[in-house]
Amino acid sequence: MPQIAQIAETYASQIFWLLVTFGFVFFVIGLDMVPKIEATVGARDDKIAGDLATAKAAFARADEIEADYRKRDADARSSAQHLIAESKAKAAKETEAKIKATDAVVATKIAAAEAEIKAASTSAMAEIEAVAADAAREMVAKISGASVTPEAAQQAVKAALVHG
Amino acid sequence: MHQFAIEPLFGTDHLAIGGYNIAFTNSALWMVATVVVLWIFMLGGMKRELVPGRWQAAVETMTGFISNLLTANVGPEGKRYVPYVFSLFMFILLANLLGLLPLGLVGLHPFTFTSHFTATGVLAIMSFAIVLIVGFYKHKLHFFSLFVPHGTPVPMIPFIFLIELVSFMVRPFSLGLRLFVAMTAGHVLLKVLAGFVINSTNAGAGFGLTVGLSSFALMIGISALEMLVAVIQAYVFALLTSLYINDAVNLH
Repeated sequence: MPQIAQIAETYASQIFWLLVTFGFVFFVIGLDMVPKIEATVGARDDKIAGDLATAKAAFARADEIEADYRKRDADARSSAQHLIAESKAKAAKETEAKIKATDAVVATKIAAAEAEIKAASTSAMAEIEAVAADAAREMVAKISGASVTPEAAQQAVKAALVHG
Repeated sequence: MHQFAIEPLFGTDHLAIGGYNIAFTNSALWMVATVVVLWIFMLGGMKRELVPGRWQAAVETMTGFISNLLTANVGPEGKRYVPYVFSLFMFILLANLLGLLPLGLVGLHPFTFTSHFTATGVLAIMSFAIVLIVGFYKHKLHFFSLFVPHGTPVPMIPFIFLIELVSFMVRPFSLGLRLFVAMTAGHVLLKVLAGFVINSTNAGAGFGLTVGLSSFALMIGISALEMLVAVIQAYVFALLTSLYINDAVNLH
C-alpha cells in the first residue's frame, strides 16, 4: 500500500502542496469568489422580493381604484334614482293640480247644466200644470157642465201632482 | 496498488523547506488540476447576471447548497463558515471525481489524492482545528461543557466527560480515515475486477466470456456507484464539518 509504504518520503511534499492548493482554493475561491456569488444571489432575491412587493402594491392600487369606481357608480345611480323620484313626484303633483283645476271647471259646468235642467223641468212642470188644468177644466165642463175657475182647476191639478 | 503510488515529477533533489523535501509529485499535479478545474468552474459563476445562464446557475446551486447546509446545521451564524466549507466540499468533490476520470485510455494515470490519508488527514485536522479555535474563542473554558450533556447525573460526570472527550478526539481521525478508506476501497475494487477481466480472458475464451464479461458488467455498475461515493464522501465531509462547527458555535 503506497499510502503507508511511501509515507516517510512523501508526507512533507503532500502536506505542503495540499496546503498550497487548498490555501489557494480557500483564499481566492472561498473568500473572494463565493461571497460575490452569494451577493449576486442575494441581490436577485431582493430584486424578486421588491418586484413582488411592487406588484402587490399595484394590485392594492387597482383594487382601490375599482372600489372608488364602484362607489362613484353607486353614487351616480343613487343620485339618478333620487332625480327620477323627484321628477316623478313633481309630475304627479302637477297632474294632480291640473286634474283639480279641470275638476273645478267640470263641476261648474255640471252645476250650470243641472241648473238649466232644473229650470227647464220647472218650466216644463208649469206648462204641464197649465195644460193639465186646462184639460181638467174642459173634462169637468164636458162631463158635468159646471164651469170651474182656472184657479180651482190649477189647485186640483197641483194637489193631484203632489200626490202622484 | 500502483495507482496510489506517488511519483516525483520534478524537484526531488533541491525543492525543500527546512530540510523537508517538497518535490512536485503526481499527487501535487492532481491537486493543482483540481484547483484549476474548480477555478474555471467558479469563473462561470462570476458573470453575476441578474438572470443566470446554465453555468452561473450551476455555480449558484453549489454555493446555495453549502449555504443552506450551514444555515440548517449551525443557524444564521453558519453563514460565516460558508467560504471554508464550500472550499472543502468542492475541493474534495472535484478531487474524487477527477481521480475517477478514465484517463488511462489515453495513457495518463489519474491520481486520487483523497485516497491518501496524508492529504485527508490535513483536511480533517484543519476542520478539527477550526472547531477548537472557534469553540475556545467563543466559549473560553466553558467549551468543556460540550463533554457533559444536559441532565447527566453528578456521579456520572467524570465518566461521561472522559467518554465524550475520547469521542471528540476521535473526530479528526474518523473524518480523515472515512474519506481515505472510501476512495481507496472503491479504486481497489475496480482494480480487482479489472484484473479479473484481464486474467480470465488470458486464461481462455470460455473464462473470458463468462467471468470476464460478468466482471466487466459489475465494473460498469461499480463505476457508477463510485461516482455516487465520490459525491457522498465530499458531502459527508462537509456535513460533519458543519456539525462539528455547530458544536463549537452553539455548544449543545
